[in-house]
Amino acid sequence: MTRLLPHPALSAMLLVVWVLMANEVTPGGILLGSLFALALPKFTQPFWPDRPRVRFGRAFAAYCAIVLYDIVVANFQVAWLILFRRNRDLRARWLIVPIDLTTPESVTVLAGTISLTPGTVSSDVSADGRHLLVHALDVADEAAEVARIKARYEARLLRIFA
Amino acid sequence: MLADLLIAALLLLGGGFVLIGSWGLVRLRSTMERLHGPTKATTLGLGALLVASVVFFQAKLGTWTAHELLISLFLFITAPISANMIAKVHMHRLRTGAVSEPASIAGPPPRPANGSDWATFEAPHSGTPTSTANS
Repeated sequence: MTRLLPHPALSAMLLVVWVLMANEVTPGGILLGSLFALALPKFTQPFWPDRPRVRFGRAFAAYCAIVLYDIVVANFQVAWLILFRRNRDLRARWLIVPIDLTTPESVTVLAGTISLTPGTVSSDVSADGRHLLVHALDVADEAAEVARIKARYEARLLRIFA
Repeated sequence: MLADLLIAALLLLGGGFVLIGSWGLVRLRSTMERLHGPTKATTLGLGALLVASVVFFQAKLGTWTAHELLISLFLFITAPISANMIAKVHMHRLRTGAVSEPASIAGPPPRPANGSDWATFEAPHSGTPTSTANS
């Protein structure tokens, strides 16, 4: 099973994406999609030697909902900042976020989430993988913002990538 | 009629956010601040335009399309990566002195506390999440 399907979640996603791309559910489309879903993870296996353990449960769904909600809310905040805040009143800061996540996949998801939620861009990771460098467009309290990122996103990711 | 109104409202909302994102690109002064405009305000802008497209195809042509969902999926995967690449190049050029621009509000990036450096300047240590050369 693991030899045939080294990354079941990746395979499932490839099949779904293929069927959505064709925009109709036909036997031929599913056959071709399954073929890709089997072949691609196998041929690209050197790129992901480890298989991350992901729990696609309630915590995963809640995380997606929270991130989508934050993207919408923060978009309005950034739009407001761009339109009405003067440059010299903008409190742009670098934040150093210490991370407790240990797998490359979970750190990538955290960094991607930080970049997607407006107002913060994850810029780099430290060489030892213990800190993220984040640029924030406007923060009043740096420690509080770091704590918010850790509590809102990282704590949930720690449970999903357990 | 109702569908027309909804489509028009979504198009206006989307166009407005894309415009604000572009305005941020013009208005903000240094690279790191500028990154926020186009990568962010445009995510919701593009989202609204894609929902408008879904509503149009459903109301006018009576078909469901899934392509908009895929576009937003690909956007969500690629947007943070391109922002990250721009930020890393900017950090590198700042340190080598190759960049001359108005000083950013946040100043140069700080170093991590424990004596090591960012992955842009130092090879990731083996056996850590940043290292790809494992096992």
